[in-house]
Amino acid sequence: MKNLLLAALATATLFIAGCGNSSSTSDSGGAPNPISKDNGKPIRVGIVFDTGGRGDKSFNDSAWAGLERAQKELGVEPKTVESKSEKDYETNLATLAESGCDLVIAVGINMQTALKAVAPKFPEVKFATVDGDVPGDNVRSLQFKEAEGSFLAGYLAGSVSKSGKIGFVGGQEIPLIKRFECGYIAGAKTANPNVVVLPAKYANSWNNADLAKAAANVLYSDGADIIYHAAGASGLGVIGAAAEQKKFAIGVDSDQDYIQPGFVLTSMIKRVDEAVFQTVSDIKNNAFTGGVKVFDLKANGVGLSEMKHTKDKIPADVLAKVEQVKADIIAGKIQVPSKQEELDPYLAALPK
Amino acid sequence: MDSLFLVLKSTVTLSAPLLLAAMAGYTSERTGVINIALEGKMLAGCLAAGLVGILSGSAVLGVLAGVTAAVLMSLLHWLLTQSYSIDHIVSGMAVNAVSFGATSFLYKNYTDPSKVTETPTLPLPAYYAIAFVVPVALAWVSSRTRFGLRLRAVGGDPEKSRSMGLNPGAVRFKSLLLTGLFCGLSGTLIVSNTGYFTDGMTAGRGFIALAALIIGSWRPIPTMIACIAFGFLEALQLQLQGTRLAGAEIPRELWNVLPYLATVIALAGFVGKSRAPAGLGKP
Repeated sequence: MKNLLLAALATATLFIAGCGNSSSTSDSGGAPNPISKDNGKPIRVGIVFDTGGRGDKSFNDSAWAGLERAQKELGVEPKTVESKSEKDYETNLATLAESGCDLVIAVGINMQTALKAVAPKFPEVKFATVDGDVPGDNVRSLQFKEAEGSFLAGYLAGSVSKSGKIGFVGGQEIPLIKRFECGYIAGAKTANPNVVVLPAKYANSWNNADLAKAAANVLYSDGADIIYHAAGASGLGVIGAAAEQKKFAIGVDSDQDYIQPGFVLTSMIKRVDEAVFQTVSDIKNNAFTGGVKVFDLKANGVGLSEMKHTKDKIPADVLAKVEQVKADIIAGKIQVPSKQEELDPYLAALPK
Repeated sequence: MDSLFLVLKSTVTLSAPLLLAAMAGYTSERTGVINIALEGKMLAGCLAAGLVGILSGSAVLGVLAGVTAAVLMSLLHWLLTQSYSIDHIVSGMAVNAVSFGATSFLYKNYTDPSKVTETPTLPLPAYYAIAFVVPVALAWVSSRTRFGLRLRAVGGDPEKSRSMGLNPGAVRFKSLLLTGLFCGLSGTLIVSNTGYFTDGMTAGRGFIALAALIIGSWRPIPTMIACIAFGFLEALQLQLQGTRLAGAEIPRELWNVLPYLATVIALAGFVGKSRAPAGLGKP
C-alpha cells in the first residue's frame, strides 16, 4: 500500500511537471504559410527558457514575443522547452538540436555553460545565447548595453526629481546589475550634478518582493522621490512601494509602466524580442554569423518605454533633452560607464 | 528618529509572514510531524489567494482560497505521514515539489500574461495583528487547554499517549488543520503585500521559520522572539546598507548575510540548548 501510494505520488509529480512543459517539447502550432528556406522545408527555431520560464513578465516573455513575431512575419516554426531546473539546460538544448531545428536559442546568462558544452557537438545547427558569451562559429552571443539604457533612465530621473535625491534597488551585486547601476548614476549626474544618488540597496534575492519593498521604503524615507530597480521579480515590491508612497519607480527589462500606471516614471526596456527576431530573420536570409552581437541604443536593443501614463507629467523640454542625449550616445559623444572603475573618472570629469 | 521608526515598521512587515509560518510549524512539530513542507504550503496559499482574488475580484474569497489551498496541502501531508506512514522528510519534500510545480503551472495558464492585475487584498494591519496575537494565543492554548495538552502529549511520546487512550492520528489531524490555516494566512499576506503572484515568491521563508522554531526550542514565545529578531535584522541591514563607518564603506554582502549569520550562530546553540519534541517523526 505504501509503495502504491509513493508510486501514485511520483506519477502525480511527473504529471504536473509534464504539464509545465518541463522537459517535453511542444510544437506551438504550425505557421500559417511556412516560407521555405530550401525545398519547401520550413525553418524551425527551438527556444529553451531558463527557470524563470514563460509568464515572468520580463526576460523570457520578451524572448518569446520576438519568436512569436518571427512566426507571424517570417513564417518560422517554433519549438519551445521550459527548464524546471538548471540541470535540464544541457539536455534541453541537445534535444532541440537533435530534433532538426535550424536555430536553437538559449535564454539567459545561466545557460552559458550548458551551451558551451552542446554547441560544438552540433556544428550544422546554429545557436544563439541571450546575455551569454559563448565562442564558436555556429553561436551568436546576443549582448545588451544595459548601461546605455540605464543612462537615459538616470538622465530622466535626474531631470525630474523634485527632492534632488534618487535611489536604486538591485537584485544582487553582480557585474550585470552593476551595469544598470553605473549607467543610471552617470545619467543622473549628467542631467544635474547636484542630484544625490543615495547608496544603492541590494535585496540579495530575485523573488523576495517584500524585502525590496522594505528597501524602497528606506530610500523614499531618506528623501528619494524616484527609485530605479534592477531586481527581477523582487522589483515588483519597489513599484508597490512607489504607489503606496505616491512617488516614482522606474521599471526594468520589459515595459512595466502599466503595473502601477502613473507611478512608474518609465521602464528601461531590454529588447530581447528584437534581438531574437533579428537573429531568426538572419537565419532566414542566410545571413547568420557567429560571434558577439551587441544590442545598444543604436541597434534599438535597449531604450526607454513610451511613458504612456507619465508623459504629460514630464516637461517637454526634458523629453527633448533625453532624445538629444540618446543621439549623443549613439553618435559616440557620450561614453557611458558600465562599471565602477569607469564610473569614477566619468563623474570626476563632469562640469561642477 | 524617522529611520528608527521605519526599521520598526519594516520589522513588523518582514517578521509577520515568518511568525505565521513558524506557528504553523509549531502546531505540526509539537504533535510530532516534522514539517519541512511549510514553504510549499505557503506557496500554495500565495497562488490560491492571488489567482482566486484576481478571478473573483473579492479579497475575502481570495483569503478563503489561500487558506483552503494550504489546508489541503497540509491534509495531504497528514495522509502521507499518518495513514501511509511515509517518512516525514520525504513526504515533506514531495509536498514542496508538487506545490512548486503546480503553482507555477496554474498561474501561467490561468492568468493573462499580457496584463498585470493587482490582487484585491484585505488591509495589511489585520494580518499583522493576527500574526502577533497567534503565538501568544498558542502559548496559552498549549499549556491551559485540553487540546493543547493533548497536542504536546502526542508529540512528546506518541506510544505512551496511545496507551493512555489518545489517538495520535486524530490529534495530528487537528493540528495539521491549524498548520494549513497559518501557512495559508502567511501566503496570503505575502501575496497581499505586493499584490502579484510570482514564482517561488515565498523565497525560502518557510525554512527560515523552521529555523526560528528550532532556535525557540519549539515553544511559541521564544520562537516568536526569534522571528521578530530575524525581521529586525533584515530591516536593519536594509537601513544600514551603503552607510559609512569611520569613513570606510562596509561591503554590502556583509549586511546581506547579517540575519543569516545570526541565525547560524543561534542554531549552533549560542542562545541555549534547544530541545526537540521527543516524538518528532515517530508514528
